[in-house]
Formats: sequence, C-alpha cells, structure tokens
Amino acid sequence: MTKPQTDDLRWKLFETMLLMRRFEESVSRLNEQKHFTGHYHLYIGEEATGSAAMACLEPRDTITTTHRNHGHVIARGADPGAALAEILGRAGGLNGGRGGTIHLCDPALGFLSTSGIVGGSISMGSGGAFARKMKKDGSIHMAFFGDSALEEGVAFEALNIAALWKLPCVFLCENNSAEAWAPGSGGYTTLVHAAHDLRAIPAALGIPTTRVDGVDVDACHAAIMEGVARCRAGEGPVFIEAMTKRWAGSAPLWPELSTGVTDLRMATGEASTTGEHHAWFEHDDPVLRLARTLLAGAPANKARVFDMDARVRARMAEAEAFAIASPSPAAATLLDHVFA
Amino acid sequence: MSEHMSIAQALIAAIADAMAEDPMVCLLGSPLGLGPQRMLMNGLREAHPDRVLDPPTCEAGNAALGVGAAMGGARPFVDLSTGSFSFLAFSQIVNEAAVAHYMSNGKVRVPVTYHTLEGVRGGGAPQHSQNVHALFWNASGLEMLAPATPADMYGLARSAIASDNPTFIMGHAKLLGLEGPVPERKAVPIGKADIKRRGRDVTIVAIHLMVHPALAAAEALAKEGIDVEVVDPRTLAPLDEATILSSVAKTGRLVVVDEAPLQGSIASGIAGMVAERGFHSLKAPIQRVARPDAPVAFAAGLEALLVPTAETIAAAVKRTLSTS
Ligand SMILES: Cc1ncc(C[n+]2csc(CCOP(=O)(O)OP(=O)(O)O)c2C)c(N)n1
Ligand SMILES: [Mg+2]
Repeated sequence: MTKPQTDDLRWKLFETMLLMRRFEESVSRLNEQKHFTGHYHLYIGEEATGSAAMACLEPRDTITTTHRNHGHVIARGADPGAALAEILGRAGGLNGGRGGTIHLCDPALGFLSTSGIVGGSISMGSGGAFARKMKKDGSIHMAFFGDSALEEGVAFEALNIAALWKLPCVFLCENNSAEAWAPGSGGYTTLVHAAHDLRAIPAALGIPTTRVDGVDVDACHAAIMEGVARCRAGEGPVFIEAMTKRWAGSAPLWPELSTGVTDLRMATGEASTTGEHHAWFEHDDPVLRLARTLLAGAPANKARVFDMDARVRARMAEAEAFAIASPSPAAATLLDHVFA
Repeated sequence: MSEHMSIAQALIAAIADAMAEDPMVCLLGSPLGLGPQRMLMNGLREAHPDRVLDPPTCEAGNAALGVGAAMGGARPFVDLSTGSFSFLAFSQIVNEAAVAHYMSNGKVRVPVTYHTLEGVRGGGAPQHSQNVHALFWNASGLEMLAPATPADMYGLARSAIASDNPTFIMGHAKLLGLEGPVPERKAVPIGKADIKRRGRDVTIVAIHLMVHPALAAAEALAKEGIDVEVVDPRTLAPLDEATILSSVAKTGRLVVVDEAPLQGSIASGIAGMVAERGFHSLKAPIQRVARPDAPVAFAAGLEALLVPTAETIAAAVKRTLSTS
C-alpha cells in the first residue's frame, strides 16, 4: 500500500523529524544537567509516525495526546523554546510551567488535551470527534495513544461510542512494545494484553483497521492519509496501528540517550553503525532511514541534509537558551486558572 | 411571568432554552431517571433529534466524551444517571475535566455539565443510594451545584451550561417531583448562597434535599419561639463562605445538615470552615447533622433511621441553645 511520496513532502517531513529528534536530545541533555526533575518520556523512534500524521491534518482539526507527546507538539508547529521551557517548568513555557513534560498542550494548534492518564487521549478523543461532527465542517479529530491504552476499559467504551455514532476520529495507536522489557527486568511498563493483535478490539466494533510500519514515513503518510480521508468523508472512525521498535533509550525505567546524539554520517556511510545498537542504526531509526532514502542515488542531496540539520541544531540551541533563561513562575500566580 | 414547575420540568426547561439559544449545546442521556418525569424528555428529543443522544451504558466513556467535546467547542450536558454510577466516571471528571484549565495555564476550557440523581431514594440499598457530592467536593477546579427548588434548578442549570468550567449538578432523586414557582426564567449566579428563611437565633446551613426538612424544622421551632435562619449554599464549590459567616455572626449558633455520611461531608467541611473563621461569633458548639458512616440499608425502617429529618434537625438546633 506504500505509495511513493513526492520529494518535497519527504524533505518537509525530514526537517520535522530532525527537529523532533534534536528536541528530544536537548530534553535528555537538560535532564542530565538537572535543569528539571521528575519522570519524562522521549518520542525518539516514533518520529516517522508523528510527523506523517501531522502532515495529514488541517489546521482546523483537533488532537488529543499522551505522556509521550513532545514529538506531536513539535511536529504540529509549537515553538520549541516554549515547549522546552514548559518541560523545565518555567514561566515562559507553553503552559506557564503548570503542566510540564507530560502535559504540553497548545489549543491554538488544535491540541485539546495532553493527558498523562493512560486511556485519557483515546476516551477524550471520541469527545473531540463529537465536537467536530457537531461543527459539520468536515474537520476531524486524531487521538494518539500507546498500545497500553487499550488495556484500559475506557478505551473500549470510547471506541464503542465512536463506532455507534460514526464519529470522525482517527485512533492512532503507536505500538512501541516490540523490544520492550517487562517491569520485572527493570524496564518501563509495556503491553500486557490477552489480545495479541490489538486490531481485533476495534474490529469487533466494526471499526476499519490498518497496521503500518511506523518507521517508514512514506507508508505512515499513505495509511494515515487514507484514514483521514475516510473520516473527513463522514464514514466514521478508523483505527491505525503504527508499529515501531522501542528505542533502546525508552526501554529502561528511566530514559537514557543510549544510542547517543544522532550522527547523520551513519546514513552516508561515513560513520560506523557497528556495535550493540547496529540494528537501530541500520533499520529502526526513522530519521536515519529517511536520510538514506533521500540520499539514495542522489549524492548531491548530502549537503542539503547536513545544512538542514545545522539549521535545526541552531534552532534548538536558541530554544535551549530561551528555556534556560526563562524564569520560574511567580509565586503570586499559584492559584491562577483554577477556574476560567 | 411566573411559572409553576416541578424540579424535573425546570431542568428540562433550562436545557431546552439553552439548546434553543446555542447550537453547540447537546444532551447525552436522560437526566430524569426512570420515574414518570422521564416523559418530559419527549419534547426535547423531538425538537433536537441530532443533539439529544442516548449513549451506551458506560459512565467513564460518556464523561470523557463530555470532556473532549467541551474542549473541542461543544457545550455538552452529560447525565450520569444514578449518583452511585458517577464513581465510574471519577477519573474523567476529577483528573481530566477539573484540571485541564489549570494545567494548560488557562488555555484549555472545559464547559461540560454533569448531572446525577444522587442520594437516599427509598429502597435503593447501598449501591443505588450513594451521596456522591462530598467525594467530588474535594476536586479542585470543579464547580458543584445543589439546587433545592425549581427556580434554583432552572437558574443554576442555565449557569452551569453557560459556564466555561466543568460543572456538576447534584440532583436528588427525591427532589425531581418537588413543585414551586419559577418567577423568571433567569440564570442564578454560581457561588451565591440564598437565605431561604430569615431568623435571629440559630443558623441552619442545609444543602439540596436537606433544605426542606430544615425549613420544616424552622417552622416547628418558630412555634416554640425559636427563630431560625436557613441558609442554602446552592453552590457547593465555590462555596459562598461570606454568606454563611455573616449569618453565624448574627446568630452565634450553627447547625449544618447534609445527607452524606458524616466523615468528609459538606456538613463537616462547613463546620470546619466556621470553626476556623467564625470562632469568635460562636456561642455554642457547632452541630453536624448527617448520615452515620454506614452504607444505606434496604429495609425501609432501617433506611429511615439513617437520614436527617426535621425532628433530628430541630433537636440539633435545641442542642445549640442548651449548651450556651
Ligand atoms: C491510568 C494510568 N495508569 C497507569 C499509569 C502509569 N503509566 C504511565 S505510562 C504507562 C505505560 C504506557 O504505555 P503505552 O500506552 O503503550 O505508551 P508508551 O509509554 O509505550 O508510549 C503507564 C502504565 C498512568 N499514567 N495512568
Ligand atoms: Mg507502548
């Protein structure tokens, strides 16, 4: 089903994916430098899914997402400085430091909710789609969630409602459980489901389902575009399962930049990919994979790839400087916004 | 022009008027339970077949649907049926709807209204008799309303639907059929208590259904020369503390009445607030009249022993007068 994408789209997605990657590398570094504390989740390894999904949406569409939201928010166009400042809990953050890493949320970009409650984004997603349907303007909702969300009972309830009322919702399951470790071996919580094929759950309710390689940006874009078109046409919800290998750094209980800062020379053959993370560097890293596609048979593209990365890194350096310089929220604001 | 309505009629009138004014108002479920009042829904269904929906039996899913729809620009009124069932929607209300505005730094608004028929309804046994307002009262960011009369139900339901905050209307199963005047179809402001009866000697603060036995107790005590003031907070969150404190400043005596179990009840919360902030006005210990901390028995004789009555309220008023 993979349709060849235009080069323009690939370049656009590549730039977005690079920004998502460099953003997470900054987050990891700032955490190591103790600029913020608390648990957090990185989107590394899922950039192809998130960037393709955002490219399928229109500005008027709405989104709900989860604890693993950084990539979604960046891909949709949030200011990286404000997003980073939020992760640091600063006044200049996207949400004034009240939400932090788990709750980056910008309604101006269509984000309705970024919930850290597993199952939250899928359940409120049906609600978001309900509002889109009431607007009767062809806009749709996209709910991002991890594979574990389908363990929560409310996920079934939300899928049932969406199916019954033909709500325009793209349920986008980012399944990163392959390669995950169970908590018993020191890993982060992962899929514990009797259903080995998660598509069976929405399928039981008559929701059309697709599974796609979540590392292949062309495949993601084609599959998600098809689902989006169905929803927009008023045919009801769709369920898309994007399969990614869990990035090694997201496997342990605490995220770590175990594969190092991404070295694009691995895509040109100028840097070695041998060692423990060989498979990641060669196949499972969506950024390197797309870089190889862009470079294949077009050596002239090399300068464009590296220039783009240099621009993205410069942008992230500015974002970091902004976030670090942003002050803590003023004590006098503590009780602001309890009520609207 | 004053109208005469039941609480059920007032609620439906409020929803109907709000739906007529705003095409983004919608109703999920039927807020009138399974009794005879449910027929009042028919007109609403006919007028707005697209906006009156019968959801599946899934309180969490329906509550979440309301949150997401509200965030997305709708103004959903979500009925959660019997109070006890709203526990299944606890996370969606407390951990999603109530916190979204704060944690987005004021960027996200959640104009959803929830409604439930809570309380000891007669033969409900433990699982269909829960008073849930006290448990939800602890959720910061949630407005909570407890109308006791048709006029307050109409006005507060209009304010709830118009509010940009998540709002929970605590209906009481035994109040649906209660009739009274609705002088004007007008919103009642959220956060404003109402003095249902003026008096000098003792303040009774009573919430929703309990307003009525409190007023009956006041009438009975008047015959004995005891002049009772009955304050109905109407809004439980945010609570109109000023009206309660100024009544206590006048009378020096306070009885607080709540049908919920005593521990953590609104009676306990208001007693604590007045003990702290109105201590110097008090001439006698505060009396709390609430349900004992026990599930609600099915047997009618046992059930009746659990709930506050005009008699137990009047006895509490007398205790505040004898201990001075
Ligand atoms: C209701 C609830 N239960 C438990 C948790 C703790 N928790 C946080 S993330 C997570 C696993 C989520 O897995 P998945 O949905 O697959 O997302 P991933 O982290 O793999 O992207 C759990 C159990 C939570 N946040 N919310
Ligand atoms: Mg997962």
